[in-house]
Formats: sequence, C-alpha cells, structure tokens
Amino acid sequence: MNIHEYQAKDILASYGVRIQRGIVADSKEKAVKAAKELNKETGTSWYVIKAQIHAGGRGKGGGVKLAKSIDEVATLADQILGMQLVTHQTGPEGKRVNKVLIAEDVYYPGASEPKEFYLSILLDRAKGCNVIMASTEGGMDIETVAANTPEKIIKEWIDPRVGLQAFQARKVAFALGLSGTAFKEMVKFIFNLYKAYESTDSSLFEINPVLKTSDDKILAVDAKVNLDDNALFRHRDLMELRDLSEEDPLEVEAGENDLNYVRLDGNVGCMVNGAGLAMATMDIIKLSGGEPANFLDVGGTANAETVEAGFRIILKEENVKAILINIFGGIVRCDRVAQGVVDAYKNVGNIDIPIIVRLQGTNAEEGAKIIEESGLKVTSAVVLKDAAEKVREAVA
Amino acid sequence: MSVLVNKDSKVVVQGFTGSEGTFHAAQMIEYGTHVVGGVTPGKGGQTHLDRPVFNTVADAVNEVGANVSIIFVPPAFAADAIMEAADAGIKVIVAITEGIPTKDMVTAKEYIRTREVTLVGPNCPGVITPGEAKVGIMPGFVFKQGKIGIVSKSGTLTYEAADQVVKAGLGISTAIGIGGDPIIGTSTKEAVELFMNDPETEGIVMIGEIGGNYEAEAARWIQAQGNPKPVVGFIAGQTAPKGKRMGHAGAIIGGADDTAAAKMKIMGECGLHVVESPADIGETMAKVLA
Repeated sequence: MNIHEYQAKDILASYGVRIQRGIVADSKEKAVKAAKELNKETGTSWYVIKAQIHAGGRGKGGGVKLAKSIDEVATLADQILGMQLVTHQTGPEGKRVNKVLIAEDVYYPGASEPKEFYLSILLDRAKGCNVIMASTEGGMDIETVAANTPEKIIKEWIDPRVGLQAFQARKVAFALGLSGTAFKEMVKFIFNLYKAYESTDSSLFEINPVLKTSDDKILAVDAKVNLDDNALFRHRDLMELRDLSEEDPLEVEAGENDLNYVRLDGNVGCMVNGAGLAMATMDIIKLSGGEPANFLDVGGTANAETVEAGFRIILKEENVKAILINIFGGIVRCDRVAQGVVDAYKNVGNIDIPIIVRLQGTNAEEGAKIIEESGLKVTSAVVLKDAAEKVREAVA
Repeated sequence: MSVLVNKDSKVVVQGFTGSEGTFHAAQMIEYGTHVVGGVTPGKGGQTHLDRPVFNTVADAVNEVGANVSIIFVPPAFAADAIMEAADAGIKVIVAITEGIPTKDMVTAKEYIRTREVTLVGPNCPGVITPGEAKVGIMPGFVFKQGKIGIVSKSGTLTYEAADQVVKAGLGISTAIGIGGDPIIGTSTKEAVELFMNDPETEGIVMIGEIGGNYEAEAARWIQAQGNPKPVVGFIAGQTAPKGKRMGHAGAIIGGADDTAAAKMKIMGECGLHVVESPADIGETMAKVLA
C-alpha cells in the first residue's frame, strides 16, 4: 500500500527520525493558517508548498513551489490545490491534487553548505534480506545513478538474525563523506529509520533527498513509504492511512467484490482464474492483435456472482470490443463457471460485444455444452490457440 | 524417478482440521498420496479423515514417520509452521498459504537455511509426481506420468502447461509450483537443477513471470552447465504495466531487468527455447524432443 508524503513523515517522526516539519492542508485558508502555525513552531519565514499525490516527480511537474511570504503561500496553494498534476509516474491524464503539505524551509544559509543525499531501505529478493542503499547523489533518480555511476551507490545488507548493526550505520555515514556532528546525526538517522521500517512491516522506504543542513542536522526532506499489504492485518492504524481517492475507482470496486483487478488501456477485456494465467491471457490478447483492457483474476471461486461483478467492471470501460473469459478448472468446475457466465450474462443484460469463453480442465465439455445451448451470443473455445484465434476475429 | 515427492513420501498436513486443510487433504488421499496424519495444535489425539491428529509436527515425525509436510495454516501463523516443520526434521515442506507477511518469510527462510530441508512456496499450488504423490492443490487428473519436469511460479498456468504437455503426447515426471511471492523457499534455478539431476526427466518446462531475477539466474546456470536437457521457457506478463502488482505479491515490474522482455531475451541468449505465446508450450516441447 502506498501512502502520502505527510503520512510517511508522521511515521518517521514517531520513530525519532528528524524530518522537514510541515502541516497538511486541503484549502487555501487552511494553507495560510498552517503557514502561520509553522512560523510560530519553527521560525521559518519561507515555506515549501508540496502537492500530496501518490507519484514521484512532483517537483518537475509543477507540484512543489517555494513561497517567500504568507501571501505567496495563499497564491501558490490556490494554484496547486485542484490542479491535475502530470508527472512521469501519473500517466498523461495526471492526478488531481486534493491536499498540500506546507513545509518549513530547510535550505537556510549557515556555517556550512547544505548537502543532499539519497537513502533507501528495501527487500533484496535474491538475497532474502533487507538492504540499505545510499548515495551522495541526493535528489537524483536512483535508477539514473545506477545506470550511469553505479560505483556511487553504497549497499549494506542486513543479516535477519541480528538486524542492523552500529558498524553498518557508521560505514554508510562515512561512505557519504560525513564527519563530526553531521556524521553522528546520520548514524542516528539510519538507526531510527531502520527501526521504523521494521516496525511498520514496510516493503520500501525511500528518502530522497536526505539533507545535511547548514548547521549539520540530518533530516528527511521527502519520504516515500510502501507498506507490505500482507502485513496490514497487524497494523490497523496504518490501514487507516489508505487514500481511496488515489486509487482507480474500478480497482476499488473490484476489491470490494474480492476480485483482483488492474485497469489497462486496451480493447479486449479478460476474466481469468489465477494471476499467472491472467497475465498469460493478456499476452495472448496482444499476440492476437488486440490490447488487453485489464488484468482480472477471479481467484479460486469463480461463480455467478464473481463473474457478474467482473462483467460489470469490464463493461464500464468504453473501449472494450470483446471479452475473453479463460478458466482452467481444477477445484473450480467448468460447468459451474459456464452456468455462472450464462446467468451473469442474463442478469447484466444488453451486452452487445462478443464474448469468448474458454474452459479447460474439470468438466470442460459439460461447460462448453452449457454455453453452446444457452442461445446467447457467446462463443466457446477449448484449447488456448482457438481462444486466441477467436479474439483475432473479434478485433479484426 | 521423480523429484521431491514420490510414493514413499509420508505426508503430514499442517492446518489439517481447517476447511482448506480438510478439503485438500481429502483430495490428496483420494489421489493416493500417503497422508500419515495432520497437525492442529490443541487437537492432538483426535482422528480426522481416518488419520491421527497431532499437537506438534515433532509428534507426527516420531509417531508415524512423517517426512514431507504441506501447510494450510493461515498467513499470520504460517511462517511459524514452516519453522516448526524444519525443526522437527521434515525433509520437504510445501507451503500453500497465500498472503504471508514478507518479514515473516525473511525470518523463516533464514531459519531453514542451515537445516537439511527443502521449502517449496509459499503461495504455490504444491508439488505433484503423477501416479505417486500429489502434495498440493492441483487437479490431479491433468497430470499424466512421463518425462517432462515443470517448474512454475503460477498455479493455473502450471495446469495449462501440464495439459498441453500431455496433449502433445508427453507426460510429466514432477511438476513444482514454486510460488509467486517475493521470498520463496525454492528458486527457479534450484528446481531446474533438481530436474537436471533426475535421470528420468528428459526435458523441462520453465514458466516464470515479471518481477525478480529467478528466471535469468536459472537461464545462466543452464547455459553454464552446457544445456544438458532442452528447456522450454515462457514468461507471463509481457503486457503488464510497470509498478503495478499483478495479483501475486512478487509480480511487479521494478526496474528494466525484471520485465518479461528482458527475461525472455536472457533466456533466449542462454539457449532456452522461449515461446512468446503460452499456447505453444506443449507443441514446442514435443518439437525440441523429436
């Protein structure tokens, strides 16, 4: 699960990680009030207005602005709130900004130059343990750093038996070229950050940039946090951080019906049992000249209700020219699925696009017979090749 | 011959008396799998499906000689069940449970690392050696005996591949569903290695999906061995978008290296027979063996 920057920073702060302080607001008036409060709390007289959406690249897209007075806070917050923010991660339609974070200015001048770093914690799948990644190239995309200057990425793997050790935090801080107060601050920062990562069952922490201020404090200017969906059952408080307005409404509706759905842009919808077969079915659609409109895994219990819910969701996509239902019956019996398709078809009514049903496995023949005899405009296929061919005809 | 499980496997079912455990244990028994009992803490001494229920896996090992375990325990307790089985001396653990927290699996995987045990899964359909033992939730009738080993991250796609292999006039030595989670016990390469060392397996079907680097690792290993047996490979998710979780927790494209295209390219360069369409798995296997 993804959460907003301001939520991520709250989590970090609660584990003793120093952050760029800020107050979230959803209107111009509240933004002004937040700025005044922040001025009292921190003494800052400049403010950073940051759009709160679940996507990176907000600065380049115009979603992060510096205000040098309260008046400017009002103007800029007004501009950013309600805008359709487009970044390289949002797609061309962008995302509507409903909240802004009014944050203190932390790049103030002082005894030394401020310096930005990159720090992240994530799972190394191949090694089966967490890894801390750090780089002196703060503020840059880590993928770019990895591609161009891989030697600038520092990695420390964490032994699951003993957790993060002090020498590892020191190694990272030294490798980042720090000394004195800033070094000590960084060691503490890494320790508390790792504690927060472990305690919240996160799958990714990305702090980019981490800032060394001109007075040698280390703090998180931005924070991207992904939580492990599988572990949310033991973090009821974190579950409440979910922001449904950031998610695709069709994906939310599918989730409520226990369907695993991801919306895509194509013209052939599909409904499949099993995630791997669902991806393979999308690939078949593409190879047959169509474009998949969605990923949809109906899971191990494909019945009339789930099939009907699936139909309704797929049909909300106007581009869809055909639907391919691909079920490999194991525990799920094909004749039951076929009956489910026929019932759902009648319940939904007025489906004017071709539907191809491919049933294989347990009771596949009985299933095909039910489809053939239903009198509906549904074509059945048995082997995957047939199904692909019928998709080709439908989109031609 | 076969790998991991056979007619001599003595299977204990962890989470035996729950609804999932009961349903699939009954199916396994009907298939002919030698299920020697089950474990449900607190229900030791009872009888379920005509088999003894034990409080601990250790009891099942000591009293009925269990050497293979299958786990249907709910996600919150499944990693603990894996470690209990390993501690009791079980040799092959098949974890079916979907939705285990990643942190728990990191701990469990580390725990079993120094023990002589093979973990398959979690979040997998299990392992089947046709005609001998089904330790999983797959429809047994699809899998006919033969000489093709199947390794796959997915459930229904494994059945699809098995069905095609059988229809192409071949059969299956063993099929291993390794699971679709970010942390799993047996990697693609380890499963392939088992088949390469199995004298009865003549060809291998390797099915992967987006996310992680298991397929690339397996492909490079196969090439380093000098491609001793033909391998037909397919990667699901050629049309998957970046950054979206496609059902399986592990099926998410993170960088340039874990896309389907990148994996297929590496597999092709390593001498595997890569199919673009999942409909071509069986026929291609038959062709390369002919």
